[in-house]
Amino acid sequence: MKITVCIGSSCHIKGSRQVVEQLQYLIKENNLDDKVELGGTFCMGNCQKGVCVTVDDTFYSVTPDSTKEFFEKQVLAKV
Amino acid sequence: MRKFDTKVQYLKYKVLREVARQAWNDTLLENVLEIPKTIVPGKTPTMRCCVYKERAILAERVKVAMGGNKENPNIIEVIDIACDECPAAGYEVTASCRGCLAHRCEDVCPRGAISFDHNHVAHIDKSKCVECGQCAKVCPYSAIVNRKRPCQNACKIKAISINENNAASIDNNKCISCGACVYQCPFGAIMDKSFILNVVDLLKKSEQGRNYKLYAVVAPSISSQFTYAKLGQVITGLKKLGFHTVVEAALGADLVAMKESRELVEKGFLTSSCCPAFVAYIKSEFPDLVPFISHNLSPMAAIGEYIKKTSENAKVVFIGPCTSKKMEAQLESVKPHVDAVLTFEELQALFDSRDIDITTLEEGVLDNASYFGRIFARSGGLSDAVSQALKEQGMEGFPLKASVCDGIEACRVALLKKSKNVLDANFIEGMACTGGCIGGAGCLTHGEKNKAEVDKYGREAMEKTISDAVSVLQ
Repeated sequence: MKITVCIGSSCHIKGSRQVVEQLQYLIKENNLDDKVELGGTFCMGNCQKGVCVTVDDTFYSVTPDSTKEFFEKQVLAKV
Repeated sequence: MRKFDTKVQYLKYKVLREVARQAWNDTLLENVLEIPKTIVPGKTPTMRCCVYKERAILAERVKVAMGGNKENPNIIEVIDIACDECPAAGYEVTASCRGCLAHRCEDVCPRGAISFDHNHVAHIDKSKCVECGQCAKVCPYSAIVNRKRPCQNACKIKAISINENNAASIDNNKCISCGACVYQCPFGAIMDKSFILNVVDLLKKSEQGRNYKLYAVVAPSISSQFTYAKLGQVITGLKKLGFHTVVEAALGADLVAMKESRELVEKGFLTSSCCPAFVAYIKSEFPDLVPFISHNLSPMAAIGEYIKKTSENAKVVFIGPCTSKKMEAQLESVKPHVDAVLTFEELQALFDSRDIDITTLEEGVLDNASYFGRIFARSGGLSDAVSQALKEQGMEGFPLKASVCDGIEACRVALLKKSKNVLDANFIEGMACTGGCIGGAGCLTHGEKNKAEVDKYGREAMEKTISDAVSVLQ
């Protein structure tokens, strides 16, 4: 599974660093290092919906506050 | 609002704008010969002796705007017919000499080069004069002047000489492509080759991102440029041109600061590798010091590498104040990471070739880097960032002693000391342009306030530490 978080300017201002850091922590905590690949990209062209995150090719709109919930539903439940 | 420092820049801009405009319309080939006439219409000369000479020189400027002489590997090119063959006789006595009694000039001259005619007027014997300038300093009438060509005066590394036709000539083995002569020549006879056509081509073929994504990487000195508009409007303008998005080279600088500080601790002595002109200078004049050059990529190349690694089908255009970056982008080690380089001058021409008035656009956002990455744009910023990176990585015990070299002459002094093992520093921050990148030849304007603008832009960064800024890149 590949999670990509947008780290472009617009998403960065909305907290993509906090999203990335939480995901890094959650992946480690759940021992998913070898199953989940976390990466960044500059701008997914969907700035209004930031922080933009894709899991494989499915798009999600995430905030620092909803990261844990997003992780449980879209990552933990599916790996 | 003033967009350029000089009329030479404005002329160069008009040529670039016309070339780009024709390229967008796919009409460059048929209209290329008409461009000089578009810029200088009518019969009245405005710059030179006649419109024909003006147009002949403009035709040469068009060539440089289209990439210049392919057989000359140097980014910096002399337009022979534009060179005004300025006087270059060195120290001369002018008509202001009043034939005084004191003869301070004679007394101070260490070589006995000064004599007096029957009117008591001073003369300098060129075969004896060593150009020390003492006579000019002591003359109470300022009657002795140094006639030096502005290009030679600008080139502190002495890469410019005068050829058999009395025109300026650049020694490609010495030239570091800093562009000081480009900015200083009052006749615009020295120009940096432009890759604006490559950029128009990249923008067109990307088809708004359908074929590949084109990333604009902007240097932090952009904060002191385009002052007639807001930085956010420049960002929107870039997207309007067809760039997928804009990324700060300063984030590459954050990466470099982290790596360079570790490399410094490991090696004990290091010179920076951000400024390509400084690196080229070490390679040509101080080959023994080459092993001390940081092995890190420059911020431009580092962020280009990251973008291409994380985004499929990405292409990168660097936009900055620097002519030397055009040379750096052609190095084998950098080529894969950067597809083309533009200066701020060229970006202005590109906006206007599409009739994009950035002052009318809404403001986009630009926020990727930390305060420290952003202040790389001015002298001293890189050393501050390395010091901070040492702290953030728990290596504050390392006794950093930076030699901040502002301009290529200061670089020369530090490198000379290092080569004789008498330099009291373990890190050389080398910036070829005075003031750092904000003094670059490709800037639209150079001003007193630019450093303050960069610092202000640095403080506006959301991330306050380098570790926070680069944490998203892990």
